[in-house]
Amino acid sequence: MKRLLTHLLATAALAAVASSASAQDKLKVGFIYVGPVGDHGWSYQHDVGRKAIEEQLGDKVETTYVESVPEADSERAIEQLARTGHKLIFTTSFGYMEPTLKVAKKYPDVKFEHATGIKRADNVSTYAAKFHEGRYIIGQIAAKMSKTGVIGYVGAYPIPEVVAGINAYFLGAQSVRPDIKIKIVWANSWYDPGKEADAAKALLDQGVDVLAQHTDSPAPLQAAEARGLYGFGQASDMIRFAPKTQLTAIVDNWGDYYVQRTKAVLDGTWKSQDVWGGLDSGMVKMAPYTNMPDDVKKMAEETEEAIRSGKLNPFKCPVFKQDGTEVECGGGTALSDEQILGMNFYVKGIEDKLPQ
Amino acid sequence: MRIELQQRQAPSAVARLLAPVLALAAAFLLGGIVVAAMGRSPLAALDVYVLQPLSDPWALQEMVVKATPLVLIAIGLSFCFRANLWNIGAEGQFIVGAICGSTVALATHGTDAGAWVLPVMLALGTLGGIAWASVPAFLRARFGVSEILTSLMLVYVAELILDYLVRGPWRDPKGFNFPQSVTFDDAATLPFLADGGRLHIGVLMAVVAVVVAFVVMGHTIFGYRLRVTGEAPRAARFSGFSERRTTFIVFAISGGLAGLAGIVEVAGQIGQLKPSISPGYGFTAIIVAFLGRLNPFGILLAGLVMALTFIGGEAAQITLRLPFDLTRTFQGILLFCVLAADALVTYRVRLVRGAPAQAAGRAA
Repeated sequence: MKRLLTHLLATAALAAVASSASAQDKLKVGFIYVGPVGDHGWSYQHDVGRKAIEEQLGDKVETTYVESVPEADSERAIEQLARTGHKLIFTTSFGYMEPTLKVAKKYPDVKFEHATGIKRADNVSTYAAKFHEGRYIIGQIAAKMSKTGVIGYVGAYPIPEVVAGINAYFLGAQSVRPDIKIKIVWANSWYDPGKEADAAKALLDQGVDVLAQHTDSPAPLQAAEARGLYGFGQASDMIRFAPKTQLTAIVDNWGDYYVQRTKAVLDGTWKSQDVWGGLDSGMVKMAPYTNMPDDVKKMAEETEEAIRSGKLNPFKCPVFKQDGTEVECGGGTALSDEQILGMNFYVKGIEDKLPQ
Repeated sequence: MRIELQQRQAPSAVARLLAPVLALAAAFLLGGIVVAAMGRSPLAALDVYVLQPLSDPWALQEMVVKATPLVLIAIGLSFCFRANLWNIGAEGQFIVGAICGSTVALATHGTDAGAWVLPVMLALGTLGGIAWASVPAFLRARFGVSEILTSLMLVYVAELILDYLVRGPWRDPKGFNFPQSVTFDDAATLPFLADGGRLHIGVLMAVVAVVVAFVVMGHTIFGYRLRVTGEAPRAARFSGFSERRTTFIVFAISGGLAGLAGIVEVAGQIGQLKPSISPGYGFTAIIVAFLGRLNPFGILLAGLVMALTFIGGEAAQITLRLPFDLTRTFQGILLFCVLAADALVTYRVRLVRGAPAQAAGRAA
């Protein structure tokens, strides 16, 4: 009786939703986001990638997302996607690693794609982007645009990905202005506009006049705009939030990868892999260079091209730690991928202590 | 014309019983209006939010798992709140409990330490929570410092200690320098009640806590003393109940249960320490305690309802594409309705013409 009632209601619900008429035939692709889709940064950009799947493969797939999923409580949300017939699931934050692996073990016929992760399985791929390539470019721009000689950085958490970004930013800045100084403040959150803005203001109060950020909201950029200073967008082109301030933005371009992986599931060629794409693969893109003189723009474009073509590596050897010791050159002419992925030191010239 | 709240002489017992039910109904009605305003069918939403999870064994299990830390913490908090003491820092006690319990898990990692590991972890977790809660209790009892502020501020201290540990001494040496500990061995992981499920034995602890709290609260002298202290502090003082002792005891109970919840969550669900181990359980539990009207069984029910809104909310995102904000909105509506229902049972709403409040008071 109870079951009958549920069925009746479920049918009513289905009729009400209506859209899922041919749902059975389509490949269901699910996404787990760490922030709200409206963060205009990290999660927003993954959602742009999801929409790219819908646009290009809309007749064959159906996509779904669950937003603002806390990392410590994500296993259920991931499993819920797996249970509801999603055969390809993207979990888009590092903290989803163990939960993704746990659910993947239970659902061997479902494919998982874990962003920025380091552990894989037969049905779990990992993918990430070399954002540090873009950060080297914005470091150069920052050093050129700064009048005070002090540039700033709002970091989320001192994890390797963020630390490598700070180092690349600083090395870029140093390459055009050896006496450049950097100040760093941690927001201890990926997305918290209030905290991010406070961190930005603290930096601007200390004489910073060009601001970079590795947090997801446009708040730091807006703080710089309010003071008539410069900054860079994060994850997506944030020019509409700071038309006079944004010099450029490092744009995460997940769409191509998402479409490609979805196609692979559709034609049965999906295999577990690890992808780390940079400017050359198009996974990292630079927003238009604006609000800067032509010579700075030219320099930025040349650096971008040099990195894309492989002529320049932001972590080319020798790299020195803060205390002056040289880092072992693991990759021949530059640091190895593993060294960058596990980076937990500041390079020489950064007068700050890495929290650890 | 003004609206005035006038205390009822004798609140009706029936009304008191019916209030939460009516509040729930009102919340669903208001939630339905919001859903309809968003252009979706309220019936479909009701189905996805409530009926489907309640008729699906997997969702029921997840609901119980999610409710476990909420209920454990809220039971402890109800002791504090009954005594009119405001422990807002259960989140911190949760974290310190997780840290203290984990010391054993990490110390025995990779060894073949046996069955003693888990009980010791749970005990240390509880003690850790008690220790953390004793600080605001001591400051309150000795110096009269507001426990609201101290307990809340200690949450941030606890978070930073955890952050330091997982980035520093407890960082997994093979984890690419990411801030997290090693994953616990099986000996340090709570056993599951059934294979393949996620129901760990922490669930039973929550049930035990509810029953024990019910007995203590309603059938012991201590419970009686607590109620008197909260409802009539002057009377309690005249009868020689020590406020200081009560403060310590209720903080120990709520800190201990929050600490236990912390180690249960880490050893049962997450399996390792990370910079963030709680999506705000310590704070959500405050809502659960009040939704359950500080009654142990009420809290059990409220914890389940709260868990249901999370799980239903995820299902609604997946099947109806309703945003997560709707879940939060609904949780807000629910709390609002329950508090309003409570107020309406105790007070009568009256429309008063003209005269200011003081005059009306004097006339009455």
